[in-house]
Formats: sequence, structure tokens, C-alpha cells
Amino acid sequence: MSLSREQVEMVSLLARLSLTAAELDRMTAQLASIVTYVEQLGEVDTSAVEPMAHAVELSGVFRADELRPSLPREAALANAPQQDGEFYLVPAVLG
Amino acid sequence: MSLVELTATEMLAGLEAGQFTSVELTQACLAQIQQHDGRIGAFLKVLGDAALERAAEIDARRRRGGPVGRLGGVPVAVKDLLCTRGVTTTCASRMLEGFVPPYNATVIDRLHAADAVIVGKTNLDEFAMGGSTENSAFQKTRNPWDVERTPGGSSGGAAACVAASMAPLSIGTDTGGSIRQPAGLCGVTGLKPTYGRVSRFGLVAFASSLDQIGPLAHTAEDAALLLEVIAGHDPLDSTSVDRPVPAYSQTVRQPLAGLRVGLVREHFAAGLDADVERAVRDAVRVYESLGAKVHEVSLPHSKYCVATYYIIAPCEASSNLARYDGVHYGYRTATDVTAEATDDEGALVAMYRRSRAEALGPEVKRRIMLGTYALSAGYYDAYYLKALKVRRLIRQDFDRAFEQVDLIAGPVTTSCAFKIGEKVDDPLAMYLVDLYTVSANLAGIGGLALPCGYNAQGLPIGLQLQAPPFEEERLLRAAHMFQQATDWHRRRPAL
Repeated sequence: MSLSREQVEMVSLLARLSLTAAELDRMTAQLASIVTYVEQLGEVDTSAVEPMAHAVELSGVFRADELRPSLPREAALANAPQQDGEFYLVPAVLG
Repeated sequence: MSLVELTATEMLAGLEAGQFTSVELTQACLAQIQQHDGRIGAFLKVLGDAALERAAEIDARRRRGGPVGRLGGVPVAVKDLLCTRGVTTTCASRMLEGFVPPYNATVIDRLHAADAVIVGKTNLDEFAMGGSTENSAFQKTRNPWDVERTPGGSSGGAAACVAASMAPLSIGTDTGGSIRQPAGLCGVTGLKPTYGRVSRFGLVAFASSLDQIGPLAHTAEDAALLLEVIAGHDPLDSTSVDRPVPAYSQTVRQPLAGLRVGLVREHFAAGLDADVERAVRDAVRVYESLGAKVHEVSLPHSKYCVATYYIIAPCEASSNLARYDGVHYGYRTATDVTAEATDDEGALVAMYRRSRAEALGPEVKRRIMLGTYALSAGYYDAYYLKALKVRRLIRQDFDRAFEQVDLIAGPVTTSCAFKIGEKVDDPLAMYLVDLYTVSANLAGIGGLALPCGYNAQGLPIGLQLQAPPFEEERLLRAAHMFQQATDWHRRRPAL
């Protein structure tokens, strides 16, 4: 199937990526070629097949809900690009 | 033979016999790195002082007669995808340049507990996405057998550093073949354990249902030792499986009697290099000479493995890499995005988009885009759900094959190491490099690559062995049998 540049632009918004015009063109061509390749899966009859999301199909793996020490605030904030010692700082969300 | 060319098992014997110290060994590895890594580019970070300090501490303990761990004083390198407390963990991405984790991956803790000496963090394709280690944001790693060629990827640094005798052991990760493929192309032994065998806690996630950590070494015996140290249940990883860890390092020397080796009909098709096919068939004859019986088996869905993988892995990657938004850690754009923010997205989303655009490389962006597309409304059933169903069929193929044989033997890659830059502009060609390896990740089974020959240009050829889930012991024993009967694994590149 062909992929339009507009579709790729919409996906870049969903993926939280800014792409330049040249990148959009390149990405459109590359994704179209990969998507065409993966469409061969359409040949396989999977009507009676259960999906397999994981090689080890585990369930009920929740750990006990116990209070434990957390990472100290200083350590949690240490790698943040912008912080004020108490919070992570981000551009204003409300105008 | 110089110290650095010894296997880890030989190093341990020498350390225990007092023939040399861990400090001497570590110095020898550091000197080898210093002398050759400028050309090879295997390491992103060398931990010289810390390694020597650690080695001295282990030597002192051994001299006092104190307890020493299973790897007591042996140098080990670690792929820079595993979190190391207080040491930068970059995943070869500008996004995590300067990121210093406040905790260790479980595998790192287990290496410390076994008294390994960690000599450095090795290069990889950015976030482990790639098959050539050309996608690192910082440097390309070169194949020690021919520096014009790639070492494979994504654990190219981990494989190259062992091949170049910079460390006898290294830790890699394998999402679609990233341990086995570079092991095959660099002439070393690499094992992707069964999914769940080794804790992924502290491994920076690429595709969580496929990623697995494993050892690279010169020999199966050394890989057995390293796997024994890192394997086992971890309460911090809910997907790690709670079952006992066999004494791989002890059982590896026991030959397998009555071994049934499977050759997959679909593996020997058009596209397989003639030298690779010849070496693999010769390797199978070695097994026959050791008493194994060879049977042809079929994996009818193997032609769909790469397509299945390149839906599932990018879908999981797009979700896992959503965390890199320039807020909690990682790169944030220096540009004031206020002006470019639209009414729809606002300044925060504009900041996310620009930060990710500036810090992530082309391959990572491509996979995020592919995964986001395949998971988006209207396409989920056609791509992601479909791939999950085909994944089950792939697993069922293996289950049926393993009713007839104990192991599957075959090529690791269609050809020997390719030239740097050769496939870099053709993502699909690069994805097809994983043809023989991705199936093990999709099915969750174990796979091992070991050297089985060299082509006319002197480039290594790998043999892949695959076994049912949790049969690493069988893989390692079979690989050791082969290495007792051949000497391909003893060759070292002329640096």
C-alpha cells in the first residue's frame, strides 16, 4: 500500500517527533517500502490463531503492595535537564 | 601466548595458581584497549582506574585466603545499554549523553557479586537498533578481522572487544540477533538465552518482549561460566522466570550422546553465501563424526519472521522510547519553542518534538515512526495484531521441530561481515541481515553462535545452534563438543 506524506506527518505528531521537509520525504519513501514488505503477512491464514504477545505467558505477577523506601528526591532529579530542587520544570502548559 | 589471549577459564586457573594477578590481567586488557581501540572503536567508556582498584582489592582478598567470586578478578566489558550506578549509560544516543543512573542493572550487581572486574562500556547501535554498530551517535565500531567492515550489531562493541582480546568476556543484548549476529561476524561465541532466563532489570528497554541479555566469549566454556553468574530469577523483573540455574560451567564439558541435529529446509535457500553454506554443512558433518544423527526439519513460517519482527519490535520500541521527552532525564532542546508551538500542540508538546528530533538518530526515528504507524487507529489489527498471531505460528513451528530433534543447526547470517556503509542507506536490506536470528526472539527460545570457519578473505563464519526454551545447557554442551573437535575458536585477528 502507498503511504502519503500527510499520513507520515500525522504519525510524526503522534510519535512526538518534529521532522523537516526532507526527512518527511525520506521517511515516507522508507516507511512505504517497509510497510509493503511487511504486508506479506496478509498471505498467512491466522483466522483460528490466538495472538502471542509474549514468549513467557505469565499472569498474576504483581508483587506485594508494600511500602518501601523510594529514590531520594535529589537522586531522582539529578539527571533532569531542568529542575528547581523540588520539581521538574517544563514549558508552561496553560497560557 | 600473551595474557589477553587467554580464555576466561584459563585466566581463572592462572589467578588461582598464582601465576599472575588480577591487576596484571586488567593492566594487560587496558593496554590492549589503549593500543588498538583507536582503530576498532569497541568502547564508549573505559573504566581504567576503577577496574584497577577493584582488581587490587580482589587480589588482596585472594592473597589473604578470603572468599573470591566465580569470576574472581577476570575482566568483563558491558554493553552500554545496561545501567551502571554512577557511570554514564548512554545507549550510544545523544538522548542519554551524560545520563548517570542512580542504580545498577541486576546483571551488573551479579557481576560485582561474582568479583568480575568491569573494564568498560561498549559501543552499540543507538538503543540497540541496528545490525552493524554504524548507528551509534558517537562512533562506528570496526571489525577486528577487517577494519573496513562492520562487526555486526547491535552488540558490535561487545563482540569486537572480545575478538580483539580487549576483554575475555562481555555482556551483550539480543532483541533480533544482536548477540549472535556480531558474534558470528567477529568469530566469537555468543549466547542469547531463553527469554526470562536473565533479568532485564536495568536494561534500557528496546522491545520488551524480545530483549534478552547474554554472554559473549571466546569459547562455550567461558560463555557457560558467565551465563551461570548472570542467570536466575529476579523479583525486580516480573518476566524473569523462577527456575533453578543449572551449573552450566560444570556440565558444559559433558558431551551429548545420541544428539539429533535438525537442519531447516528453508535455511538453505537462495541468498545464502556459498562459503557460509559450505562451512555450516562441514560443521554439521563434525557433529555426525561425533555420533549425532542429522534430520531435515521444516519451519514453514520462517519466511515471515523478518516481517513479523519488524512490526512487533518497532511497536514496542515506539512505546518504550516515549519516555525520552526531555523532562525527567536525557536531552532537552536549547531552542525556545514558544514561537513554533501551534495552538493544537502547545509549547510542551513542541518541546518534546524538538528535543526528540534533535537527539535521536535516523534509525531510531524510523522505528518509532513505524511502530507508531502500526499501532495507530485503523492499522492496529492489520499490522500489530496480525504479527502477534503469526508470532504464535512461528513458535508452534519450533515446538513441532523440537519434537523431532534436540537442536537446530544453521547459519547465523547469509554472508560474512559486510563493508561499513554498504547497507546504511537501505533499511530493508539491513533488516534482512537478521533473517536467521529473529525467529529465536519471536519464539522466546535460546540460540548460540560460534565460529565454524573462515572465508577466502579470512572473515569468520558463524554456526547457529537453537534449542527449546531453557535448554541453554544443551546449547553450551553441543558448542563445547564442537570446540573440542575443531580449533576455529582459537584463531585471533592480526591487529
